[in-house]
Amino acid sequence: MTSATPTTRQPLAGDTTALAPRTRHHRKLADRRSNLLTLGILAMLVYFLLPLFWLFVASTKTTGELFSSFGLWFADDVSLLRNVRETFSYDDGVFGRWLLNTLFYSVVSAGGAAFLATLGGYGFAKYRFRGNGLLFGLVLGSIMVPTTALAIPTYLLFSKVGLVNTPWAIILPSLVSPFGLYLMRIYAQDAIHDDLIEAGRIDGAGELRIFFKLALRSLAPGIVTVLLFTLVATWNNYFLPLIMLNNPNLYPVTVGLATWSSQSAGGGGSTGELLALVVTGSMLSLLPLIAAFLLLQRYWQSGLSAGGVKG
Amino acid sequence: MNTSTTIHTAPPTVAAHRRAKGKRQRHANRGYLFVTPFLIVFLAMLVLPLIYAAYLSLFREQLIGGTVFAGLDNYTRAFADERLRSGVARVALFFVIQVPIMLAVALCAALAIDSGLLRLSKVFRLGIFVPYAVPAVVATLMWGYLYGPDFGPFAQVAEKLGTDPPRFLSADWMLGSLANIVTWEFTGYNMIILYAALRAVPHDLYEAAAVDGAGSWRTAWSIKIPALRPALLLCLIFSVIGSFQLFTEPKLLQPVAPNVIDSAYTPNLYAYSLAFTSQEVNYSAAVSFLLGVVIVVASYTVLFATGRRSRS
Repeated sequence: MTSATPTTRQPLAGDTTALAPRTRHHRKLADRRSNLLTLGILAMLVYFLLPLFWLFVASTKTTGELFSSFGLWFADDVSLLRNVRETFSYDDGVFGRWLLNTLFYSVVSAGGAAFLATLGGYGFAKYRFRGNGLLFGLVLGSIMVPTTALAIPTYLLFSKVGLVNTPWAIILPSLVSPFGLYLMRIYAQDAIHDDLIEAGRIDGAGELRIFFKLALRSLAPGIVTVLLFTLVATWNNYFLPLIMLNNPNLYPVTVGLATWSSQSAGGGGSTGELLALVVTGSMLSLLPLIAAFLLLQRYWQSGLSAGGVKG
Repeated sequence: MNTSTTIHTAPPTVAAHRRAKGKRQRHANRGYLFVTPFLIVFLAMLVLPLIYAAYLSLFREQLIGGTVFAGLDNYTRAFADERLRSGVARVALFFVIQVPIMLAVALCAALAIDSGLLRLSKVFRLGIFVPYAVPAVVATLMWGYLYGPDFGPFAQVAEKLGTDPPRFLSADWMLGSLANIVTWEFTGYNMIILYAALRAVPHDLYEAAAVDGAGSWRTAWSIKIPALRPALLLCLIFSVIGSFQLFTEPKLLQPVAPNVIDSAYTPNLYAYSLAFTSQEVNYSAAVSFLLGVVIVVASYTVLFATGRRSRS
């Protein structure tokens, strides 16, 4: 990073001369708020949000109205509540079960992964034990190992020990987050001073006590970041549950929606109504994650900057 | 480590020095306490499956005689496998086209939002990021409907205008349609990483550049983009991994375009259908393992290519 820094600092010689151009510079910036640039980014925003708007509009329609009315505006009757009710009641309320499964898998996986990554990242950052560099290098190298290439061998291993078709088949593989560990190591390096640990030792605190009582608090933004990103990874996972589970009662919402979708594509008649449910279910399954990101944005954005800078 | 206390209190004898060093090492070794839980799960869930895949790939199932050792037969078969090769070529093409577009859009968005020239920059930042929180399954189903000839808005507009609907799901368009879905999903994520890195560039650099008369464009080009190198590299590596293991999007578009997306459209789809449809577990393990090798090699190629350029 530092190598890219150009040497243009000379003009800022004295305080008085530096102050004048700075205030002028700020005023100039405010004046120049560019409408053209705003328009360009607005076009980008439309691209990213219009499909979601379509999804929302579509979830207010019956299957018939999906075909008969224009996609980007509401039909005459708004059937959102009816769709939501039917989504949750179809097939003995299996959709609600899928949502709960997803919630359970992702919260347990993300919590576990963030805990292991925080503990490990702190250990790698703050203790110069033998093999530190080698082990960390091993973990770092594994970031490039594609998780889906691991999924099939993991499935075969799990089927040998009877873990297939249990919640563990989803949770256990999701507990490893090499990138999370990497992020937490960087974060712990900067956020926790060695003096703090030393002071804790002088006070007679054990290493674990120092970690839980002193260090953990400073690591919070990093932890939230890792937590959220592993949460998304598990929430959005499709490949792993697809191969690990064949009991519909254990499906997460991604696999469940995909099965509904293929049923609705497969035949007309009774399955025709399913299309509206797939659309409504899709819309509903987005809401928790979007809410989590918006509510916790202060934490994950500051946590991410640590990883982005040194990455 | 803070050793100044021993220096101040007494002249450091060899014994005291060794004691301090021993104590330090003892403290340092407590580090194992923290890293062991992660490493255990790491070994069990990442290293072990990898070794198991390598092991399985050395065997072959036969109708008579069961599973027999086959040496590298599966790999010679894989190298000659036309379906696998075309799949790898397809995702490589996908990577070469989709990733530069996605990263360029993400970079532009991050620079624009960071420039201070935008109104409502926070709305833009979050709005562009939102698709990342959309599961790939939902994103693909949604775009599948949007692309569709029945009630997709593109087809509806085309019908109003009296022209042919765009054939997003045809063989010629499919890779582009997939690229669009992936771009839609991940631009925001890359934008946020780049934006976070931009926020960490020391602000006096910008002021110095402004004093030197550099405009916004010049500042972006000469200061911001060079400072973003490490973050861009991170995005690039993640994109290599993502592109080569493309699975969810083609798998979910398969029912709406069964003639376009066959069971070997991407290498991952191929490995999946080998393991679960044709029950060729050993060959599937070899394909998975090879795919992993391809991704690691591609990642290192990217690392070395960009590393060499920065040195010269």
